[in-house]
Amino acid sequence: MTTMTTPLALPFEVSFDGPGLWYATRATGLVALLLLTLCVTLGVLTTVRFTSPKWPRFVTVGLHSNTSLLTTVFLALHILTTVADSYTDIRLSDAFLPFAANYRPVWLGLGTVASDLLIALIVTSLVRVRMGHRSWRAIHWLAYVSWPVAMVHAFGTGTDPSTVWVSALALVCLGTVLAASAWRLLTGWPDRKGLRLAAATSVAAVVLAGWGWASSGPLAPGWSKRALAPVTHASTVWSS
Amino acid sequence: MRYRLRVNPITCEAHGMCAELLGEIIDLDPWGYPILGSDAVPPDLVGHAERAVVSCPTLALILDRSSHARARA
Repeated sequence: MTTMTTPLALPFEVSFDGPGLWYATRATGLVALLLLTLCVTLGVLTTVRFTSPKWPRFVTVGLHSNTSLLTTVFLALHILTTVADSYTDIRLSDAFLPFAANYRPVWLGLGTVASDLLIALIVTSLVRVRMGHRSWRAIHWLAYVSWPVAMVHAFGTGTDPSTVWVSALALVCLGTVLAASAWRLLTGWPDRKGLRLAAATSVAAVVLAGWGWASSGPLAPGWSKRALAPVTHASTVWSS
Repeated sequence: MRYRLRVNPITCEAHGMCAELLGEIIDLDPWGYPILGSDAVPPDLVGHAERAVVSCPTLALILDRSSHARARA
C-alpha cells in the first residue's frame, strides 16, 4: 500500500487508496440521502400549507431552502471522495455525464442523474426571482424524479443497504416521502381528480417495482458481482 | 429612494407567508389573501419587505423602487 503526501507539508498524510475515502463516500452519501428526504418532505409541507402556532410557514420554506443547500454540500463531498478514491476508476466527468463510468455504470449513472437534477433544481431556485414563477415551478416538479432515482442509486451502488440499520433508515425515508406525497395528493387540486388518481397510481407502481427490484437485486445475495456489469450483460459476464 | 409594495392578485395563492414576515404592513383577509395596510414601505422595514418578496412561494408580492418621490394622484 502506497501513500501520497501533498506538496504542501501538511501535518498529516493524505492517503488515496486506504479505506478512509471509501468510508467517507458511504457516509456522505447516506447523509445526503437523509437530507434530500428532508428537503422533499419540507417542500411538500410548503405546498400543503402546513402550519401550527409554533411552526409558522416561513420556517418550513426557510428550512427547505437551507436543507437543499446543505444537501449539495454533502453531495459534493460524496462525489469528491468517490472520484479521489483510487480503488475505483471513477472520473470527475462521471459525476456529471451519466452511464459512462467503468464501475457499475447503470447504478452509478442513476446517482449522476439525480445529482444533475438536483443541481438544476438548486440553480433555478437561486435565480427564481429573475426567471419567473411559471418556468421555475415546471422545473421544480423534477424534485419528484430526483428523490426516487437517488434512492435506486443508493440501493444499486451502496455497500450498506443490506445492513439492518441502513435498510431501516431507508424505510423511514420511504415512509416519510410516501406520507408527505399522500398528504399532498389528498389535499391538493380539488378540481383535478383524474390527475391525482394518475399520480397516486404511478407512485404505487414505482414503489412496487422498486420493492420487487430491491428484494431480488441489492438485498439478495451476490448483488456486488451482478451490479458491476451493465444489467443486460450481467448473466453472460458472470455465469462464465 | 421610495419603496412601494403591491400584490399580483392573479398569481397569489394565499400562502400567507408575507403576513408572517411583514406583519407591520400586511394583514390577511378571512380567506388568507393579503391586505396591504399601506403600499409605502418605511425605510426600516425595507429589509423585511425584501425577505417577504423573496419568500413568497408564487412570487406574487412585488416591491417597486423609484428613485424620485412621486405624489399619488
